[in-house]
Amino acid sequence: MRTLTRLDAESRHARRELDRQITGDGPLARHTVDSDGRRQAGASSHHESARKHVTGKAAYIDDLQAPADALHLALGLSPVAHGRLARLDLEAVRRAPGVVDVITFTDVPGHTDIGPVFPGDPIFVDEAISYAGQCLFAVAATSYTAARQAVELAEIDIDELPARLDPVAAIEHDERVRPSHVQERGDWQQCLEEASNVIEGALFVGGQEHLYLEGQACLVLPTEDEGVVVYTSNQHPSETQKLVAEVLGIPFHSVTVEVRRMGGGFGGKETQASPWACIAAIVARRTGRAARLRLPRSVDMRVTGKRHPFHNRYRLAIDGEGVIQGGEITLIGDCGYSPDLSDAIVDRAMFHADNAYCLNAARVTGHRARTHTASNTAFRGFGGPQGMMIIEAAMDDIARRIGEDPLTVRKRNLYRPGFDTTHYGQKVDQTALLHTLIDTLERDSDYWARRDEIQRYNAHSPILRKGLALTPVKFGISFTAQHLNQAGALLHVYTDGSVMINHGGTEMGQGLHTKICQVVARELGLDLEDVRISATRTDKVPNTSPTAASSGADLNGMAARDAAIRLRERLFDFAAGHFEGGLEREGMRLEDGILVAGLGESEYRLPWGELVQTAYLNRISLSEKGFYATPLIHYDRATGQGRPFYYYAFGAAVSEVTVDTLTGEYRLDRVDILHDVGDSLNPAIDIGQIEGGFIQAMGWLTSEELKWDERGVLVSNSAATYKIPTFGDTPPIFNVALMEGHPNSMASLYRSKAVGEPPFMLGISVWSALRDALASLDDYRTSPSLDAPATPERVMLAAQALRTKAL
Amino acid sequence: MATVEFILNGVPTRCETAPDTSILTLLRDTLGYKGTKEGCASGDCGACTVAIRDTPQAAFATLNACITPAHQLQGRHLVTVEGLESEQDLHPAQQAMIECHGSQCGFCTPGIVMSLFTLHREASRGAPFTSETLEEALGGNLCRCTGYRPIRDAALSMQGSHWSSPPWFETSLELAALDEPQAFDPALPFYARPTTLDELIALRSRHPDARLVAGATDLWLETTQQLRPLEQLIDVTRVTDLQRVEPAHFQSRQGFWVGSAVTYTALEPLLQRHYPGFAHLLTRLGSRQIRNRGTLGGNIANASPIGDTPPVLLALDAWVELAGPDATRTMALEHFFLDYRKTALARDEIISRIFLPALEEHASLRVWKLSKRREDDISAVLGAFHYTLENGVLAQVRLGFGGMAATPRRAAAAEAALEGQPLSKASFQAAQQALSADFQPMDDVRGGRAYRELAAANLLERLYVTLTTPDQEVMLHAYAH
Repeated sequence: MRTLTRLDAESRHARRELDRQITGDGPLARHTVDSDGRRQAGASSHHESARKHVTGKAAYIDDLQAPADALHLALGLSPVAHGRLARLDLEAVRRAPGVVDVITFTDVPGHTDIGPVFPGDPIFVDEAISYAGQCLFAVAATSYTAARQAVELAEIDIDELPARLDPVAAIEHDERVRPSHVQERGDWQQCLEEASNVIEGALFVGGQEHLYLEGQACLVLPTEDEGVVVYTSNQHPSETQKLVAEVLGIPFHSVTVEVRRMGGGFGGKETQASPWACIAAIVARRTGRAARLRLPRSVDMRVTGKRHPFHNRYRLAIDGEGVIQGGEITLIGDCGYSPDLSDAIVDRAMFHADNAYCLNAARVTGHRARTHTASNTAFRGFGGPQGMMIIEAAMDDIARRIGEDPLTVRKRNLYRPGFDTTHYGQKVDQTALLHTLIDTLERDSDYWARRDEIQRYNAHSPILRKGLALTPVKFGISFTAQHLNQAGALLHVYTDGSVMINHGGTEMGQGLHTKICQVVARELGLDLEDVRISATRTDKVPNTSPTAASSGADLNGMAARDAAIRLRERLFDFAAGHFEGGLEREGMRLEDGILVAGLGESEYRLPWGELVQTAYLNRISLSEKGFYATPLIHYDRATGQGRPFYYYAFGAAVSEVTVDTLTGEYRLDRVDILHDVGDSLNPAIDIGQIEGGFIQAMGWLTSEELKWDERGVLVSNSAATYKIPTFGDTPPIFNVALMEGHPNSMASLYRSKAVGEPPFMLGISVWSALRDALASLDDYRTSPSLDAPATPERVMLAAQALRTKAL
Repeated sequence: MATVEFILNGVPTRCETAPDTSILTLLRDTLGYKGTKEGCASGDCGACTVAIRDTPQAAFATLNACITPAHQLQGRHLVTVEGLESEQDLHPAQQAMIECHGSQCGFCTPGIVMSLFTLHREASRGAPFTSETLEEALGGNLCRCTGYRPIRDAALSMQGSHWSSPPWFETSLELAALDEPQAFDPALPFYARPTTLDELIALRSRHPDARLVAGATDLWLETTQQLRPLEQLIDVTRVTDLQRVEPAHFQSRQGFWVGSAVTYTALEPLLQRHYPGFAHLLTRLGSRQIRNRGTLGGNIANASPIGDTPPVLLALDAWVELAGPDATRTMALEHFFLDYRKTALARDEIISRIFLPALEEHASLRVWKLSKRREDDISAVLGAFHYTLENGVLAQVRLGFGGMAATPRRAAAAEAALEGQPLSKASFQAAQQALSADFQPMDDVRGGRAYRELAAANLLERLYVTLTTPDQEVMLHAYAH
């Protein structure tokens, strides 16, 4: 049963009371749901493009019309993971039917390194080859097929070198893309030395292919000056603008990047959508023709980076109750061949190695290993999920060690009064919320009754075993790179009263544009239909941050709100002075498309359209920009301490599985989720994010397995060999509820909380439940070793190991 | 180039296109219909799902436009997502998807809407949806955003809604008129559509280099993934002799002749009635879109070591009939597979029929497939177990395995260990040990060698447990029966 935000009179009153107690701005999101269900912030409005989605009218990059002479590009890739390019003979490629242009490293007019944060990503191979799939050259031809067929004609000689594929070995040999980082708090060494009980473990957590349904794609048109217009499926238009300009050697203002929507992003189009735009831009400038580049699925999967695989270890001192006294956690992220975003990703893994538990005295170390694979990149959770996995593994291990239920151990270790400071020095201020949330879910999901039932079942079922797990999530919200926590918006009101809002965020299905339109409609007292977003464009709102880190609505919503409030106040000032006799400025408001001033007898009402036209005729600007920068956050890398996050989002999930311990096959039978989004901006969209994130993480930890051959060539390079969850993998019972009555304690957008990434980590409960089911084979005395993803293969081999041990 | 004429959303359409054009390319690049999306170009994601019907009376069936030859549209009626919206009215599937928040990024949505469209047609014929019907209909449509719950809700909520179909929808278009046999032009490239077995055999012997195409569910990957042009294609799907399923007596056994071009979907009723274990396997073979196109003959001719049906057919002791210009011969399927993707089929032959022996009294057939994902995945290991059990003794034991060798193969040593033996732990342990003499499987993307070896042995263990403790629940119903 799903619970959407409802408002009865009583809870409305309670909410107002609560609202008053909290310092900060603005009413709660749900206060804006009118009794007639008008669709403003806080309401479950449909996705702004829903009708276009279902009728096939929503246009993605490859659907855009291009001039008839547009060129189609295809990429020539290295078949080898490590080596030196000895010879690249492209004569046959140039002579192939339909080929118009062929470009390599030497044809790049400007910068050749397109590393997004740190250098290290050559646009084409010059000499050194660092992964199988690295780009050697590009072909432009009159058709997609002609370009792809021409690529095959290249003669490539490579002096192959041994590929380094093991990140643990890489760190041993000091092969890092960035220096290691340490966060340390308290005397953890003494803790370990003096503890009567020390527990340790290691876990491999696999990576994840994004498998956005729309592959990487762009269309670049040359402009009449030296520039280009780039249409791209892209989470970070401003960065693409910068890189395209630098690669072409032209000023940023000569490049305009537009993103209307993506067919999925999930982090995979944050930095890794830019190279294709850069390559297409070079061709567009060289030929003066439009250039299209879309990656066929198997190329997309080979050339782009994935979620980082991690090798994690822990060593913790615990007391007799299983409460952590201190210890150390070591994380090794497999970054692939270059830094990309790996520094911040491994940092975030470190920031989340505690998840919701107090580590007390602890050291957390994060290594960034360099290997000969594609450069691993952002993926929903951004390292957080991989970091959390180790402490959740530890919770299960501790429970088996002391013979208690894993939930009991988890609850004992939660952040709590007196134990509320993280290993990086940030205080967790909503511990009460965390405890309430878990207690509520424990009760509503009948955890203990089901635990008993499962134990009875397992006692009489030699082969099928059931498992149950409740795992919490505490996820820090803010970019850990401080400067990215800013956003801009541009608001236009036209003389018919219709409103255009542009902002720096991009729409990838998460409903960001819907939420932003809801914000503006609310602030201007309009219907949602009156507000529209055209597209995200670098010439509308400049210097934007990526739509990432779950920050889209938090940052851009605040910027849009800022613009709307500024414009509203200007209109109020105008109205107060303009109309005969003057209107009462105090208490003036916009509601239901009407400007209302005064009270009772003296109430004055003016329709929005009339207000706008009068303002226009009186030469009042109807355009406004907005800006927002997140306050309070800071982090000192030198000390590894600070307050990197504006706030935390919380959640918890209970998963129940049945495992066939003979074959390793399993079913997810039931899931119960309670998740904290503060005061929801749009409950339907938020629940969509929670469910979608959960299932995506379930795939990461179960069926989605990346495999490379011994030479470093990705063999799971298609949807046939890489298996994301499908329809029947969704549990038959899937109860998702939003935590009510706990608005954000910080002054976020209408006291809402970010929702893109946090629910992803709820999926860890599935993995933990699988371990629970396996543990039953040895009467819960052993904590099963189960690396992720827990494919049927791994589950079967783990079951076999436990059976052998139990004999 | 060759001509193809068909009805597109009610409109007669005629195109000139190369033999190896897919329906998706025809729609998007030639006709400008951009609503149908390409997600993978390998039939694995369903973003390109469209629906087709062969005659005005037939039901619409989904397919993956990315790997279906455009020339198979000849004389058919194709419906795409653009066809479902009339004036301002949406199809109930579209309406339900909006109301249930069933789209997020929207890229998979047109494909999902098309799968829901055919499902809605089924619903209008009565039975309410079960979780099995929904999985059957939607298992081939990947969505990376929603987690499928709202899509499930949309499917359930559209059941009762009536669709006021546009006028073109129910009218009996003269499809047959479009389906006149074309004068066959042997000039390259060609796409030939013979309608009789004689024609097919004649074409085959005249063009031994031509590729035979039925469902194209594997063949077409050669164009979309390996970029190999297919210039000579002979389509077997219109040969009526290859479409028949009929009871028969062959070599003193009762059974059924199944035409090689019979699709999995068309085979379902026979399997459900006579081979329920095999029928359940079909629900895990590809997706609805694939099962609507893929054929039994194609799965055999393909000779993949991980094809789903050959191990079952080996366990059943199925025979194949091979037709050539000079003679028609039959052979046991186990002699058909020679080596990795190498078969006994001569260059001028085609597989015309497959003989499925009926299960005899006291005989059972169990089919168990192991894969990373339950739906729409390729086997890591598939075991098919055929045996009789009378008075506690196993006989006529035939064990077919996929994923364990270079070809689908019987486990001869394990069979011998069980043949004539009583149901005992010892005989099954002997059979499990014998498997290592039968197979030395390999490591690949779908599983490691150790896994495959243990999995095959554990399937024998499962068989033992099911036979000795029939009341014990030993497998997950959704995976296996």
